[in-house]
Amino acid sequence: MGDFSDFLQYTVQGLAAGGFYALAALGLAVIFGALGVVNFAHGAFYMLGAVGSAVLLDVIGLPFWGALVVIPILMFIFGIIVELLLVQWLLKLDILYNFLLTFGLSLVLVDLVKREYGVSGLPYEQPAGLEGLIHVGSVSIPIYQLFVFVFSLAVCFLVWLVLTKTRVGMIVRAATEEPERARALGINVGMWVTPVFGFGVALAGLAGVLAAPFRAITANMGSSFIIILFAIVVIGGLGSILGAVVGGFLVGLVEAYGQGYYGTFAQVLIFVLMAVVILVRPAGLFGRKEAV
Amino acid sequence: MAHIRRNFAIAGVAVGAIMLAGCAGGAPGGPPAAVESELSDDKVIIGLLNDQSGVYKDLSGPNSKVAIQMAIDDYNEKYGDEAVAGKIEIVTADTQNKPDVANTQAQQMYDRSNADIILDVPASSAALAVAEVANQKKKLYINIGAATMELTGAACNPYTFHWAYNTQMLAKGAKGVVEDGGKSWSLVYPDYAFGQDMVKSFSEAVENAGGSVNEAIATPFPNENFATFITRAGSTNPDVIATMAAGGDLINFVKQFNQSGLRDSATLAVGLMFITDIHSLGVDEFAGTTFTDAWYWNYDEQNREWADRFTELTDTRPSFAHAANYSAATQYLEAIQRSGTDDADAIIKELEGLKVDDVFLRNGEIRAGDHSVIHDTYVAKVKDAADVEEDWDYEEILATIPADEAYPDVNPNCTL
Repeated sequence: MGDFSDFLQYTVQGLAAGGFYALAALGLAVIFGALGVVNFAHGAFYMLGAVGSAVLLDVIGLPFWGALVVIPILMFIFGIIVELLLVQWLLKLDILYNFLLTFGLSLVLVDLVKREYGVSGLPYEQPAGLEGLIHVGSVSIPIYQLFVFVFSLAVCFLVWLVLTKTRVGMIVRAATEEPERARALGINVGMWVTPVFGFGVALAGLAGVLAAPFRAITANMGSSFIIILFAIVVIGGLGSILGAVVGGFLVGLVEAYGQGYYGTFAQVLIFVLMAVVILVRPAGLFGRKEAV
Repeated sequence: MAHIRRNFAIAGVAVGAIMLAGCAGGAPGGPPAAVESELSDDKVIIGLLNDQSGVYKDLSGPNSKVAIQMAIDDYNEKYGDEAVAGKIEIVTADTQNKPDVANTQAQQMYDRSNADIILDVPASSAALAVAEVANQKKKLYINIGAATMELTGAACNPYTFHWAYNTQMLAKGAKGVVEDGGKSWSLVYPDYAFGQDMVKSFSEAVENAGGSVNEAIATPFPNENFATFITRAGSTNPDVIATMAAGGDLINFVKQFNQSGLRDSATLAVGLMFITDIHSLGVDEFAGTTFTDAWYWNYDEQNREWADRFTELTDTRPSFAHAANYSAATQYLEAIQRSGTDDADAIIKELEGLKVDDVFLRNGEIRAGDHSVIHDTYVAKVKDAADVEEDWDYEEILATIPADEAYPDVNPNCTL
C-alpha cells in the first residue's frame, strides 16, 4: 500500500516538474521552429526572468503575481532588442554560428548578473495564496506545485491555440515554415521573425518567474537547466510545439521515478530516454523533418 | 591538444605525488634547517588562493583579501619599527574550484610570485592538490575553506595546517539536536567525496548521541529538483531531516523542503551552512534550522568589533571563512615576529603545539599531531524573522562545543 502511494506521489511530482519543463522548453521550440536558431542563451533568459523577479521584489516590492505579468513583457522587449542587434544576422548563416553567438551571449549575461548580484543567490518570498498542501488520499501535493502544473499547461495550450487556430498564428507559421511562398503571397516575412523571437524569450522569462519561489536564484541557474531543455526538445522533435510539451512531461516523470527508485541515476535516465527516442525516431517524437 | 596533454601531465604528477605521500607519509628527514635571522627576500608574501568568481566567491573570495590586509595592518600597528616582517604583500589567484587549476596556481604562487605561504582554498579536491604542492616545495599552506578530513588524515604533511573546520566538527552539532528530542534522522546527501564524508561523520555523531539514522539518501551533484528525494526522506516519519547539500543546492533543497509541508513534522538540520547562505535565501525560509558554526560575527563584543571594521571596508558582514583568514594571517605574522624569520621549517616549529586565543580561535590550539587547528565551535539556530534586529543578525547560538570535543582526536590516518 505504501508502495503504491509512493508511486502516486512521485507521479504527481513528475507531472508538476513536467509542466514547468514543458513551459521552459516551449520557448526554445518556438524559436527553433520559427527562426531555425538553436538558442543556447535560453537558459540565461530563464535566469534573467528569475533574477528579474527577485530584483523587482526587492527594489519596488513587486510581488510574484505582478512579476508573472511584468517580467514576460520586459523579456519580450529584451528579446526584440537581441534579435535586432544580434540574431537577425545569423539567420542566413550556418547553424554553428547560432551556437557560438547565443552561447557567447549567455556567458556575457551570466557574468553581468554575477558582477552585479554576486554568486550566492537572491532571496525570494513564497507567493501569497499558494502556501500549504492539498491532501488527496495518501498523496500530499504542495499547492505551489499544483499551480505551476496548471499554469504551465494553460500557457502551453494557449500558445498552441494561437499558432494553429488564429490568423496571426497561421501567418507566423507560413512566414517561418515556407518563407518563399509566404513572400510571394505578400506576407512581410522579416516583420514576423523579430516578435516571434521576442515571444520565445518572454516564455523563458516566464519560466524563470515560476522558478523563483522553488529554485535557487543564481547567475548559474540556467546553465545546467539548458541541457535538460535541449534533451526535452530533442525528445519531442526540434521545433515541435506539441513535442516540447510532451517531452517536458516525459522528462519530468522520468526524473521523478528515477529519483524515487534509482537515486543518483535520475539525471542519467533523462539522457537514456533521449538516446532511445533518437534511435527509434531520429527526428524526435513529433519531429516533422529528419533531425538537423 | 598540447594544453590538454599538459593538464593531463600535471594531474598525473599530482596523483602520483599523493600516492607517494600516502606511502612515505611525508617523512621530515634530515637535520632541522638552521634558523635564518632574516627574511628570504626582504619581504613576506602571502598568497591568497581561492574562488574569486564561482559559487564560493561570497563566502570567502575577494573579501578574504580584505581580512588578510586587516591582519597585516594590525601587525604593522602593533610592532611598528620593531616588525621583523617590514614589508608584507598579498598576491591572489583563482582556483575556479578545480584541482588542476589549483595545482598550477599554487606552483606559480610559490615559484614565480615567491609566496611564503598560501592561505584558504575552498573545495576539498582543490585543497588537497595545493597541500601536495606545499609538501613538495616545502612551503607553508594553511587551509581555511575546505572541510575534508583528508587534509589532516591520509594526505596530511608537515607543511599543511587545517585552520577553520572539518566534517567531523560539523557533525558535532547533531548531538545537541538529538538531546533536544530529534531521535530519528533521515540524511540526504550529494553523492561525492564531501557528501559521503559528511554522511559518515553525521551517522556516527547521531548514533553516539543515542539517536538513529533511518536512511541516507544519495542525490546527484549538482541537482536542482529535490522533490522526490524529500518525499523519500519524509516517508519514514523522522524527527529530523538533515541535508548535506551546500551552496546553491542547499538553497534548492530548502525551498522545496519548505513547500513539501514536512517542516511542520520534522526539524531541518543542515550539515554545512555559511551565513551567506542564510542571507541569500532569506531568514524566513531557514528559520529554526540548526547547524554547527565555526564562528559568528555577532557572538560577542570582540567578534562584533572586528566585524564592524570588516563591514566598513566591504559593506557586508564576515563569514567564518573571512575571520579564519584573518586569524591565520595574524598567527603566521606573529610566528615570524617570534622566530625572526620566514623560513617555513622554523615557522612550523613555532606553530606546532601553540595555544592561541584570537578573534577566531577561542581556546585554540595548533595540534602538533595532525596540524588540525582546534577551537571552540557553536551549535547555532537560525532566528525567526521577527527576532532579527539588524541586517545579518541571523543566528542564535544555542551552545558552545569546547575545542577538544569539537576536534576530539588526532586524526588516526595521519602520520606526520
